Amino acid sequence: MELAIGIILGCCALGAGMAMIAGIGPGIGEGNAVASACEAIARQPESKGSVTTTLLMGCAVAETTGLYALVIAILLIFVAPNLLVNILVNTIAAL
Amino acid sequence: MQTNRKFRLVDTIYLVMMVLPIVAGIVLNVLTKPVSEGVSITGARIFFTIPMPLQDLPVTEAQINSALVMITLLFFCLYLTHGLTEKCERKRQHLAELIVEKVDALVTENMGDYFIGFAPFIIAVIALSAFSSLLSLCGLFPPTSDINVVGGWAVLVFGLITYYKLKCGPLNYLKGFTEPVAVLTPINIVSELATPVSMAFRHYGNVLSGSVISVLLATALSGLSSLLLSWLPGFLADIPLFQIGIPAVLSIYFDIFSGCLQAFIFAMLTMVYVGGGFDLDLYKQRKARKAQKIKTNSMEE
Repeated sequence: MELAIGIILGCCALGAGMAMIAGIGPGIGEGNAVASACEAIARQPESKGSVTTTLLMGCAVAETTGLYALVIAILLIFVAPNLLVNILVNTIAAL
Repeated sequence: MQTNRKFRLVDTIYLVMMVLPIVAGIVLNVLTKPVSEGVSITGARIFFTIPMPLQDLPVTEAQINSALVMITLLFFCLYLTHGLTEKCERKRQHLAELIVEKVDALVTENMGDYFIGFAPFIIAVIALSAFSSLLSLCGLFPPTSDINVVGGWAVLVFGLITYYKLKCGPLNYLKGFTEPVAVLTPINIVSELATPVSMAFRHYGNVLSGSVISVLLATALSGLSSLLLSWLPGFLADIPLFQIGIPAVLSIYFDIFSGCLQAFIFAMLTMVYVGGGFDLDLYKQRKARKAQKIKTNSMEE
């Protein structure tokens, strides 16, 4: 029983950590976006306002996949262990 | 002078009614918050449940807090707009006119002139979302970090998108799924359904991740300061050395900047999706065709 609960908790933590590998993607993407925005502002300083607005907008949209991973990681850490342990306890009680 | 004093009384009432919901929320929070030790990251607390036929309806902290925000915003709007004059005598009228002009310009720029009626809806979304996120500055549970609240808004926006797409003709709407080739229909349906999901997750994930990181940082800093100062005698060991100031920097980013940015982005995406799904030329053609049909029918009769 203790072993099973330990496996559940450990695997939830491992899964959460692995889910956050997805953070690489938005990092690279937003870095590219900011680099291009810097170039654009350097070339045309008068267009700073509209470039900044577009940049923030684009960054927020590019972040989405990272946020999916974050939501899954948060669910795995704070919600899944209770749920899975409850299922385990109920199954053993039914046996 | 008589009217002036009357206005001041009304002003005071509105201002008090603006602050009162927030104070009530803080009092409610203090009264009902369970005493917990150490780090605790929980969802919205359930105050009571209303029995319903299919499923019990829980009334949570998020619902109460968003209702409080709505009351505050209502009285804020009343405060800004009561006693308007043609000559624009008061400062608050300048502020109100500034907000209206900016939102009108934003909506016209992103959606076109046809959708100018959307401006009140857009500013309502921005204000509700921004003030809900800013509620965490008062130590209350921000309603936007609950997926149910943001999910409701996203479903509303999805309904609007579908309504404006259907306005160009149901057949056109259905045909839009088979483009560019008919094989891609399932993927198109999935991407259509992913719109509200991604909007809800984006907003809620940003606000929730901010609060989770703040709690983790506060715990880490308290551990660090107790580690460094624990050898000191008496009350000196309890000095929160690192908790002073450092969390405030993160709070400026996560609570103020991120909250306002997410509100703006949610409104911006609403405008882009609703305006992008609606083809004005097609709608006008369809309307003209309908009018032609009615005309010919009546002439035949």
